[in-house]
Amino acid sequence: MTDESSDGLSAHNSTSGLNNNDAQGFLGVVVEGSLTQGVEVRLDPGTSVENVKVGTFVTIQGSQYRFFGVATDIALGNSDQRLKHLPLDLGDPFISQALLGTVAYGTVSVLPNLVMPLVRGDDEAAPSAAKTIPPQFSLAYSASEADVATVFGQEDDRHFWIGSPLDMESKLCINLDELVKRSIGVFGKSGTGKTFLTRLLLVGILQSGQASSLIFDMHNEYGHGGRDSDRGIMVKGLKQLFPSQVSTFTLDEDSSRRRGSTPDEVVRIGYGEIEPEDIELLRETLNLSDVAASSAFNLEQKFGPGKWMEAFLDLEDRAAVFDLAAEIQVQPNALGSLYNRLTRLRRFGFLVKESGRAAARIIEHLERGKHVVLEFGRYGDDLTAYILVSNLLSRRIHDAYVRQKEEAEGGAGKEPRPLVLVIEEAHKFLSPSVAPQTIFGTIARELRKYNVTLMVIDQRPSVISSEVMSQVGTRLTCALDDERDIEAVLAGTSGSRQLRGVLARLEPKQQALIFGHALPMPVVVHTREYGSAESYTLLTRGPMRESAAGNDGSPDAAETPETPTETPEQRLEREVAELFQQ
Amino acid sequence: MVDGDGLMSRKIGEVVAAASTSFVAQCYELYAAPPLGSFVRTGTPAVYGIVYQVTTEPMDSTRPVLARGEGVETEEELQRNNPQLSRLFTTRFEALIAGFSVDDSFKQYLPPLPPAVHSFAYTCTPDEVARFTASLEFLPLLLNSGLPVADELAGACLRGAATAQGDGSAFLFRASRALAGQLSGDVPRLTAILRRVAP
Repeated sequence: MTDESSDGLSAHNSTSGLNNNDAQGFLGVVVEGSLTQGVEVRLDPGTSVENVKVGTFVTIQGSQYRFFGVATDIALGNSDQRLKHLPLDLGDPFISQALLGTVAYGTVSVLPNLVMPLVRGDDEAAPSAAKTIPPQFSLAYSASEADVATVFGQEDDRHFWIGSPLDMESKLCINLDELVKRSIGVFGKSGTGKTFLTRLLLVGILQSGQASSLIFDMHNEYGHGGRDSDRGIMVKGLKQLFPSQVSTFTLDEDSSRRRGSTPDEVVRIGYGEIEPEDIELLRETLNLSDVAASSAFNLEQKFGPGKWMEAFLDLEDRAAVFDLAAEIQVQPNALGSLYNRLTRLRRFGFLVKESGRAAARIIEHLERGKHVVLEFGRYGDDLTAYILVSNLLSRRIHDAYVRQKEEAEGGAGKEPRPLVLVIEEAHKFLSPSVAPQTIFGTIARELRKYNVTLMVIDQRPSVISSEVMSQVGTRLTCALDDERDIEAVLAGTSGSRQLRGVLARLEPKQQALIFGHALPMPVVVHTREYGSAESYTLLTRGPMRESAAGNDGSPDAAETPETPTETPEQRLEREVAELFQQ
Repeated sequence: MVDGDGLMSRKIGEVVAAASTSFVAQCYELYAAPPLGSFVRTGTPAVYGIVYQVTTEPMDSTRPVLARGEGVETEEELQRNNPQLSRLFTTRFEALIAGFSVDDSFKQYLPPLPPAVHSFAYTCTPDEVARFTASLEFLPLLLNSGLPVADELAGACLRGAATAQGDGSAFLFRASRALAGQLSGDVPRLTAILRRVAP
């Protein structure tokens, strides 16, 4: 009574009186709940229901633990069922104010995810998963910046600042070690910021130094910058931000040059490198029948691995194809259609007669600790080219990794450097019908056994094989509309029912729901700025110096061993030196 | 607790009947009862009551009151012609016990014993009312008294207490919250009282 009355008093004294509570962050008390459904917090009369947003963090002070959770639903309650049937004098502010918060009140459903040590600053006990719930009448507060830092960690070498929680300024960090251990999924419908989010993740992975990444850059957005169609500006790519750590490869040299990018290498792929499995994968995009696609295996038998494609495409006309069909005992029409479709591949300028050694070149760069962006140039719009090249290269790289890993296990070499393969339009590779055949399906399933993981970027997660989805360790999802997509993203996540409401209400821009291994609990973030000059400075400066400058508040961070004035050349030198020291 | 100044002037009557939940006091002067809903104090230790019923009636209940003004023009003339009347009537008031004080602190629940008969009854100073109503824990005693006029009484009492408070509107807001807490299951009754209290 006394608490309520004093709060109510302040609310009455000034129209902005609600802020009194907000400043302390007091929300209300726990009145009921369960572990599976979450607890219900009855809002204090001094806290307006409008001041609480779904997806915000809430701490609840239990008698032994502090619970950390997220608001999953907000509701209106009343103590008298007749309330909605009664004529009320709501014109009189005295009466309405008396009723609000007492007879008619707001409730917030909070899903307690974690328990924290009761005493703040006690670093001994890290937050752990909540296996119980706070008792009734526990006090609930909006989580403070310090709470968020305790739960998500401070920005450092291992924790990458990805954005900030809703309505908070504090930095929300993801654990990079955990992030690259398993596959990553970035989902969201078109135009919701998947690309920006991916760029941030890649910067994080790059800065962590834990893994290399190979980006199959369909739309030329990651290497030499891309266009932010909303703001109408060009944003920098990884190569521009980290010139010494990123290599750009291109399939389309002309396009790269036109865009002002100077690729490190031009990728050429020999006909001999295309295998029948690749054709199998292109069945959908080339509109091939089962029989037609599998006749590629017969061709391989006939002409030998590495030669079949060229030999097949060298056939002069349909008659020759039919003769061949009779010879190798496949259906002539099937072979005919295979011939027709494969001749289409000839227009790909990157396909050449001799072997391009592209995979080997990429592996060399990766082994040097570089991050490789493969720009598709004009071929990016052609799904056939994208699928063909990314699958072909990934398979070779994966093979090399498997070999290297096995050698390392046998004591004959060093472990391959962890690799993150970034693919877009992932549902084309990972749909239930093709996932078993593609290398990406294999990589997703075998987890990090061979140090290769996937980062899939997609707008239709529901089309991705559920087997693959279940192996995605960390999911970052921007706004999604389709019910099936929402369901697919949340499948297998605890509290998915509650998260569904959160996900459905994401802002269409710069907001993402992140959950999985890289975070202790699901969280909605307002993603960090990417595109302004200041954001580039912060991104390239890295976490250590950033926090040092942030701590003392002065730009003079003389204490840090690496001064921020390092030029790209110096940086390159230093990194080369570091590399050889290893 | 009891200030010497004006104590005599605030002495308005004495208890003539007492029970655990209420007491009856007879006023020394005709028509000099404290207003409905006001706080009165009586007894040792001091028991606080809220006036809920004021009665003026003949001292001798066996003698019915007769109308006497048929031939006169004004009520004043009637009084002049019958000077004995003021001696034949008495004013009593009944008060609901709202709490008591022990060692300078207020307890807003029923005292172990009602005030003794012939305890003097005093009206409360605004300061005393303000201090007593700093807590509104006595409201349940009032609302659950079973009196037919309980709601009226609550309204009158809170209105009166508000005038004794430094910040009357803040007090009324606080009181309205307290009422809402008490009557959360009965919104029509709550709003009826709130309308009586509304500034």
